Amino acid sequence: MFKKPGLKVLFSLKVLFNMSAIIIKELTKKFGEFTAVDSVSFSVEPGELFGLLGPNGAGKTTILNMLTTLLLPTAGDAEIAGYDLRRDPGEVRNNIGIIFQDPSLDIGLTGRENLEFHAMMYSIGSDERKKRIREVLDVVGLADKADILVENYSGGMKRRLEIARGLIHYPKVLFLDEPTLGLDAQTRRSIWDHIRNLNRNYGTSVILTTHYMEEADYLCDRIAIIDHGKIIALDTPSGLKNCLRGDCVSLAIEGRVDLIAAALGEKEWVREIVPNGKMLDVIISDYEKNIPDIFQTAGILGIGISSINFSKPSLEDVFIRLTGSIIREQEGSRQSARRDRMRRRMLR
Amino acid sequence: MIQGKVIYVLWRREMIKYFRAKSRVVGAIAMPAFMLIFQGMGFRKVEFPGLPESIGYFQYLVPGIIGMTLLFTAAYAGMSVIMDKQFGFLKEVMVTPASRVSIVLGMISGSATTSILQALIIMMMSVLLGFRLPFISAILSSVVIMVLISITFINIGLILSSVLKDFHGFSTIINFIAFPLFLLSGALFPVSNLPAPIRILSYFDPLTYGVDALRGVLIGHCEFSILLDVCILLTLSVLMVCASVYFFRRAEMI
Repeated sequence: MFKKPGLKVLFSLKVLFNMSAIIIKELTKKFGEFTAVDSVSFSVEPGELFGLLGPNGAGKTTILNMLTTLLLPTAGDAEIAGYDLRRDPGEVRNNIGIIFQDPSLDIGLTGRENLEFHAMMYSIGSDERKKRIREVLDVVGLADKADILVENYSGGMKRRLEIARGLIHYPKVLFLDEPTLGLDAQTRRSIWDHIRNLNRNYGTSVILTTHYMEEADYLCDRIAIIDHGKIIALDTPSGLKNCLRGDCVSLAIEGRVDLIAAALGEKEWVREIVPNGKMLDVIISDYEKNIPDIFQTAGILGIGISSINFSKPSLEDVFIRLTGSIIREQEGSRQSARRDRMRRRMLR
Repeated sequence: MIQGKVIYVLWRREMIKYFRAKSRVVGAIAMPAFMLIFQGMGFRKVEFPGLPESIGYFQYLVPGIIGMTLLFTAAYAGMSVIMDKQFGFLKEVMVTPASRVSIVLGMISGSATTSILQALIIMMMSVLLGFRLPFISAILSSVVIMVLISITFINIGLILSSVLKDFHGFSTIINFIAFPLFLLSGALFPVSNLPAPIRILSYFDPLTYGVDALRGVLIGHCEFSILLDVCILLTLSVLMVCASVYFFRRAEMI
């Protein structure tokens, strides 16, 4: 993942002197008998891009709703931008911005009117307001559409307007709830860029929830994986992936599968071998070095390899290992079923 | 604690939306206009005890219908909060640092303005139908009373909207509240003609005092005194605002 660490550290330091990090201690939310968020604790560094990754219903939005003062926690505490969530909700609100998962625009107003409304709710003065509205409209590329009623906006435009709105009051902490849910690939990419840029340029700490693995992987400095209201892992994306045992190579063998399996089994970089009819799944370390070795071994034995399929562990693999389930329903095709079986073996 | 800018922006939003939604204006005026035309014209000649001969039923009815307009538009103001809840916009409002008092006051000021505009339109219509146009001073004092009436009923809607989530629930309950309030208020006939047990109920109806004060100001006839009416309405509206603020502070608005 490409990043400019120098610039980021600079901003982080700048922010560090103005505020403390986000600290969440044993935050719990119960709806009747159901525990939506179960004693969640973590902290977010200033200027960090922090991801909450989990399936739908894992409790991500509930955490966000509590941190943005919309829901009262059943138990636990949180401190945001140096203010206590329970004692000082007004100051917390003053320092945060949120972009909700569900639409939250007034579709009966124009884009500009929505932004003006927001800026005035934050008591931003008239000149400053005009300046900032122009600025955020440019950031999201809606300057020429600002005076159209929002009901005539496309889904992507609405999303961009919501992001613009979240930025107007220069929040120290920005919460993004599934920022790219249901958007096309192109819009998603441009929204990712916006999030990155504002995190870099304004030093804004960003907490985003997502159930898209690639989104968390691409954007976040650190990721907390949440399932059933609990944090089950918290690390950098690469840290999470490193906890897996290795890379998986699938071979289609022409010849005796048992022979090559036995030969490969003697190599110390082979972690596991799973024969599967004419196919052989091999879990190995240091694939760069060792894949040629597989071909060599096969060559020596006079066994042909007609095809090879290689996969590096993804966040999805990490997720499956941790939760024992796939995050989204996948097609029940034979190939994907086989891939899933492979993954599980690899993660065992 | 009270932020003028917040109140202003909420008021302005209501105004923008009001003037953009022509159907809303027409729809809200239709009912009282029908009442004015059919009830007013049809019963034009009736006489009954409690109705001074010099006044006539139509003159007597107009302040009642103005009260009715205020009651229904004000009580339904909570509907826009429910709409904001459903469209997610209320979250956006509640997550800003604006004080809850200012949010409530902003919502009230917007809805009160639209209610009073509707009531003034009804008043103009009634003039066209033969209502004796009162002096400008009387119209101005009636606006003060209208403010108090609308604040009282807007807050009923606001409190209800802070607890409820869906349109159907809201409109069912608000109708269940508003209709008895309307019928008990003496908008259509003098309260003194009701049998004693029901009459006592009408004394608990804020609109009774509202309609009475409007009659006092607009046609110079009232059962209580305008001062008493205004005191009761003022006390009630202050209490109701406090109650709304309490509910908005407490409520989890999502």
